[in-house]
Amino acid sequence: MAKKTEAAPKSDAFFQFSGTKGYIASSSLVDAVNCAIALERPLLIKGEPGTGKTLLAQHVAEGLGLQIEKWHIKSTTKAQDGLYVYDTVQRLNDARFGEGDVANIRSYIRMGPVGRAFQAEERRVLLIDEVDKADLEFPNDLLRELDEMRFTVSETSDEIVAKHRPVIIITSNNEKELPDAFLRRCVFHFIEFPDKALMTQIVGVHHPHLKTQLLDQVLIKFYWLREQSELRKKPSTSELIDWIAVLQRAGMSADDIEMHIPFLGALLKNEKDTEALEKYHDRGGRYPSEWKELGPKYNN
Amino acid sequence: MFIDFFYELRDEGVPVGTQEWLLLLGALEKGLHGSSLQRFYNLARCVLIKSETYFDAFDRAFLKVFQGVEGSLKIEDELLEWLKDPKNFRPLTDDERALLEKLSSDELMRKFLETLAEQTERHDGGGRWIGTGGRSPFGHGGEHPTGIRVGGPAKNRSAMKVAEERRFEDYRTDGTLDVRQTRVALRRLRQLTRTGAKSELDLDETIDETCKNAGEIELVWRAERRNDIRLLLLMDVGGTMDPYFDPVSKLLTALHAERGLRQFEAYYFHNCVYEELGRNARLLRREAVPTGDLLRKLDPSWKVMIVGDAAMHPAELLEPNGNIDPRRQSGTRGIDWLHRIRDHFERVVWLNPEPREDWNRYQTVRLVERIFPMFHLSVDGISDAVTALIGARVTH
Repeated sequence: MAKKTEAAPKSDAFFQFSGTKGYIASSSLVDAVNCAIALERPLLIKGEPGTGKTLLAQHVAEGLGLQIEKWHIKSTTKAQDGLYVYDTVQRLNDARFGEGDVANIRSYIRMGPVGRAFQAEERRVLLIDEVDKADLEFPNDLLRELDEMRFTVSETSDEIVAKHRPVIIITSNNEKELPDAFLRRCVFHFIEFPDKALMTQIVGVHHPHLKTQLLDQVLIKFYWLREQSELRKKPSTSELIDWIAVLQRAGMSADDIEMHIPFLGALLKNEKDTEALEKYHDRGGRYPSEWKELGPKYNN
Repeated sequence: MFIDFFYELRDEGVPVGTQEWLLLLGALEKGLHGSSLQRFYNLARCVLIKSETYFDAFDRAFLKVFQGVEGSLKIEDELLEWLKDPKNFRPLTDDERALLEKLSSDELMRKFLETLAEQTERHDGGGRWIGTGGRSPFGHGGEHPTGIRVGGPAKNRSAMKVAEERRFEDYRTDGTLDVRQTRVALRRLRQLTRTGAKSELDLDETIDETCKNAGEIELVWRAERRNDIRLLLLMDVGGTMDPYFDPVSKLLTALHAERGLRQFEAYYFHNCVYEELGRNARLLRREAVPTGDLLRKLDPSWKVMIVGDAAMHPAELLEPNGNIDPRRQSGTRGIDWLHRIRDHFERVVWLNPEPREDWNRYQTVRLVERIFPMFHLSVDGISDAVTALIGARVTH
């Protein structure tokens, strides 16, 4: 019994994701991805906007060497659209003007992202992006298809069965609650806001030549801003990356931002927030320039 | 011990069901935890928990169950190896799975797990370890994660540390308000109907009409589905409400940002609703709106949300001329105005920013609570209030 002390049993079906060069993933995220792949469950990713939820799917595909099907959800998207679309208007038009193969209904059936992932000859990654944008019932409408990996094209009675179970990654911005029945089937991961160390790595990927002192000042200001509870919209990772890009273009050094926060517009997107901060500064409020001025959270 | 964790989670109010639990067992069977408590923590959390609002509860349950045994057990190497071996976890037979899928009650689940425990004991010959884990009916699974803990002491501490930090406390929704979370709670405030301008192509009708029209294309339009909710907000300002400026203003921000509503109006009062309502929080006389006019203007389908602590002198509610502003006194009692509001509108809720425990301290709160369903001004409370506004009618 004692001989099998190796961690995970490796088999052909067991892919292992461990992050990629362009994407820094925390250990719990890597575990969640691998767990979802091994258990063949959709992975539901939630987190603040700008924490890299959508990018994750891209990099999982890259890490596993698979192609990706993306399905970006809008408020008007229906579950059916992901499976296939029957282009009635085209057929109607063709019939009217005697063009195309009107008799063959199949030439007016177009597969959606789910349909394409099911029909693909090799395994795909299927990204269902921002699932919370759609109607409340949307996730429930997909339950059977994602459970059984098959659906029927009702116009032709063709059954589409997945040749390979796609790796399904679903992202949510948390704008709506998702139905329980849907949640039960998912493996869930919440992308925490990156801490100082992880953020340093992430910034390193995007701005490899950033000077250490400048980075330190940038991060102090950034985390300090996030701590300000009056802010209606906290700046996120993507805004930090943009801000650093602006600072670099402008040739700013660590000294320039020690007492100031230039290009505030890159960080704060709400007018009232900008006003509040300017007021704070006008009243003589100062910005911290050392970590020890932030809370104990940043100093251990 | 393992099954204790399951019940501890449920005690903490985490909605974990058999389905998630089975999935976790399946994951352990596959060895996904890789003999490390840190990874077991990650695995259990991503499989069992479906919302970050429960992360804190998860951490607490994890601590309670797995912290007590830390360092207090000494296990021989041989046993250690045995515990590390994921294959020891007996896979479920098809019959058991079928049985388990039929189950819904915890009692049946427990029975099944007991059987499983017995068999494992026979198989492995019992022993000290089983004895320890014997507290839980689920012998084998119970030992398994503990075994991992013993197998990786260094990592063990880090998982405990993660749990101990309780970093997710901020994500709980039964405490304070956050604009974003409030908007999510309010998002459910909707009833879709097709009214208004016809701007959407109705395909089915188009095809029908085109066919009837002998193939000459005939386009049929219909109105888009949109939210039909109209919301009236009445808000208590000043005095005892001042300490609650922060949560109340966050609710207002969220409501104003909620573009999905068909109509939204807000009025203000002090302590109780009387003859007049203020158009803004300054309650200026010349900008006041007679409450009676409002009741005439707004039809009963408007949803009403009243925000206030309902804490006042009983006379302000129950006596004629109860308004503490002497220039605005009138014969109608405050409580009568509240009754009129309730009788006019189909759905009214009251949101109280005070902690629920304190509601009993004021006679007036108890009285108001008898008129309107009252909810705490927290994300969970708002969510319940929304349900009361649009869900099935509940009598109270």
